[in-house]
Amino acid sequence: MSVLEVEHLRVEFGTENGPVIAVKDVSFTLEKGEILSLVGESGCGKSTVAMSIPRLLGDSHVTLGGSVHLNGVDLSAYSEKRMQEVRGKEISVVFQEPMTSLNPAYTVGNQISEVLLQHEGLSRRAALARAVELLELVGIPDAQRRTAAFPHELSGGMRQRVMIAIAVACNPLVLIADEPTTALDVTIQAGVLDIFRRLRDNLGTSIVLITHDLGVVADIADRVAIMYAGRIVEMASTAEIFAAPTHPYTRGLLGALPSRAIMQANGRRRLTDIPGLVPSPSTDPDQCQFAPRCASASIECTAARPTAEPVAVGHTVSCYHPAVGAML
Amino acid sequence: MLQRVITSIVTLFLASIVVFVGVRLLPGDPALVLAGETADPAVVAAIREQFGLNQPIWIQYFNYVGQALQGNFGVSTRDRIPVAEILLQRLPITLELAGLAILVGVLIGLTAGIVSAVKRGSFADYAANAFGLIGLSVPHFWLGMLAILFFAINLQVLPASGYVAFTEDPGENLRRMILPALVLGTGLSAVLMRQTRAALLGQLSADYVRTARSKGVSRSREVKHALRNSLTTVVTVLGLQLGALIGGAIITEQIFVIPGFGKLIIDAVSARNYPVLQGAVLVAVTGYVLVNLAVDIAYAYLNPRMRLAGGAR
Repeated sequence: MSVLEVEHLRVEFGTENGPVIAVKDVSFTLEKGEILSLVGESGCGKSTVAMSIPRLLGDSHVTLGGSVHLNGVDLSAYSEKRMQEVRGKEISVVFQEPMTSLNPAYTVGNQISEVLLQHEGLSRRAALARAVELLELVGIPDAQRRTAAFPHELSGGMRQRVMIAIAVACNPLVLIADEPTTALDVTIQAGVLDIFRRLRDNLGTSIVLITHDLGVVADIADRVAIMYAGRIVEMASTAEIFAAPTHPYTRGLLGALPSRAIMQANGRRRLTDIPGLVPSPSTDPDQCQFAPRCASASIECTAARPTAEPVAVGHTVSCYHPAVGAML
Repeated sequence: MLQRVITSIVTLFLASIVVFVGVRLLPGDPALVLAGETADPAVVAAIREQFGLNQPIWIQYFNYVGQALQGNFGVSTRDRIPVAEILLQRLPITLELAGLAILVGVLIGLTAGIVSAVKRGSFADYAANAFGLIGLSVPHFWLGMLAILFFAINLQVLPASGYVAFTEDPGENLRRMILPALVLGTGLSAVLMRQTRAALLGQLSADYVRTARSKGVSRSREVKHALRNSLTTVVTVLGLQLGALIGGAIITEQIFVIPGFGKLIIDAVSARNYPVLQGAVLVAVTGYVLVNLAVDIAYAYLNPRMRLAGGAR
């Protein structure tokens, strides 16, 4: 049984200018100890997927569809009260912005302790002692003294480590990391990714990693789901995605990577771009949403939406014209 | 922090000049008021001599400050009682009124502000906003008279006016303070309600509140996170509102016939009682400066980022 099973997830925001369907139809599973990466450009709905799993969008203007199963239990039926028991304990989140995600008025030790007091029934003293251990776990030197520090006394990288310490405090089944390294310097990114890898290896934590950075994906993910316009268009193991991308959009993304730049006749490398813009999220026509930007698009692409079909073991793609073989 | 204390002292010094000069800019001659309408010029001159009113104003000022620093604010021109004694007698009365008014203001204002921010768009929110608007617009004197009409005359549950010392009869003292404190506290609570609501609404959508939510804490804990960061605003407003509170106290004491600072100042103005007026205003100014100093210290506690900058640690 998968740890996490997301089926036909749909997220609609009611706005003054009408509904915005940020996530149209997303399904995936996450196995124990697996790192699954959700990749796509800004506005493709990947962060919305991340936030809707622990129901953190929590606004009256949000309509959720589909289901989320955690260890086989349907969370969609859970009340807000029961979700509070799940959040931080079984599913926890690391956010993108380390600079603003910690409360400036509380000490680091306090903010880590809070989640332990909430779920583990520890005493204040025991929670603080555990906070020191957690800070050591995420590689913060001089952890004992750091528990008394306020967020503004720490660097961005340190704050993100504190966020991770909070997220893993109760040893969650699923850790959702929403662009956890985007706001950090490249040198610090590697260290943070390393913490995730160690958590998975030592504690068996399953991780959903949201990112737009294919370098991060190559570094750490076991499996990749490529999202476009609120849907997953291709899903495969990391090795397979890089070796044999089949969806034209995936190929476009990879073509935009500097290390994949195409050698031109004059010996210079050239980055390719994907023409056109991401479609408006207010409509959901029955067609391939990528067709207007796709070089291989044909008449059938705009006639009906392609469904996810397997092209290899554990490799599915939603495309009428999947490309075959490696890129250049 | 030391810097802040020095600033406060300089402010006080400047304020004392303004008060001293300001009092003397009032039309009317205290010697004439004391001697009476048809006084002999010799009597008037003698009175001037006695109170030092015939000396140049800057000499008067330095004499005054020198004495004031030793706790001697001169004697009342009307009844020769030392001003310091009068101030000590009146100050606790006004402090009690102001304290109760702040209590009323903070209790009602903070509660209403929190409820209306958390239950945004609900009936409670609209009710609190309507209350805030009315509380801000209605002047003290009118509210005071309405309160007397309703509670003292129609319902006859509370006395209309008068004062009983706390040491004499604590119960009766509080009973008589309820209406004045409510009247004086209403305006303050309205301001606090609006500021708390605005600050809290801003903080509730902050990233760190979402983090708290992701930890699985209850809604009330989430609000606590946000409230802690809203309090800086609330404390600032409270400090600034103290000036208005002093002004309001003058009017409120007049309406409810409470022999506090406000009434003292009004009586001193009409009697051109310079020493009393100066002393009273100076003490009020000192109180204002001290409270704002306390506000700055409270900042350091409420907002840890200020501690490094201010060096208060």
